[in-house]
Amino acid sequence: MTAAIFIEWATLISLVLLGLALLVSLVRIVIGPTLSDRVLALDLLTVVAMGFVGAIAVRTGLWLYLDIAIALALLGFLATVALARYVLLRGSRNDIVTEER
Amino acid sequence: MLSGLELYIGGVLLLVGAVFTLLAAVGVVRLPDLYTRMHAASKAGAVGGGLILLAVAVLSQDAAVSLRAIIGMVFLWLTTPVSAHLLARASYLSGYKPCKETMIDELAPNKEQNSAS
Repeated sequence: MTAAIFIEWATLISLVLLGLALLVSLVRIVIGPTLSDRVLALDLLTVVAMGFVGAIAVRTGLWLYLDIAIALALLGFLATVALARYVLLRGSRNDIVTEER
Repeated sequence: MLSGLELYIGGVLLLVGAVFTLLAAVGVVRLPDLYTRMHAASKAGAVGGGLILLAVAVLSQDAAVSLRAIIGMVFLWLTTPVSAHLLARASYLSGYKPCKETMIDELAPNKEQNSAS
């Protein structure tokens, strides 16, 4: 197995795994019982999308995609900070649950 | 053959990063309450995204692209714990209780003192 074929298979498997991760974290965004769970899942979703863009950059050889990944990481951090501020100010008046297992 | 060794290392780093990211997503869905989910998302997610950026830095074979990838990785590893801690503190102060299996709640006696600051 030469290096080029190995890189092709590695990026393909990585893209499949990251797509699964996108779908699985989307589940928590939809069913998440409180606002904080949804904010956390959105934070993870931006990290997964960043990895997706990085894998696409490796697969296609267009390294400008890396700038999109870095901008996405910055955007995810700022969005999480702003939404945490919103959680602190608004509180969670309506959707507090003490989860039972 | 050592001619394409960096390509193999980069591919393995990419695969390990993807596996860590998938484990973070599974942990976010499966764990019982917000704080344990935050443990999965911040640690495994940061390692997964950082390893994928490191794979980009190894595979690009271009100094400018590698430097940008490493700077992005350092940025990700610095900001992910900060945002997770901020969200945990905000949701604790707004009344989200940990699950029943939680043994230690060190913020509980100081809640008024914390929310006043």
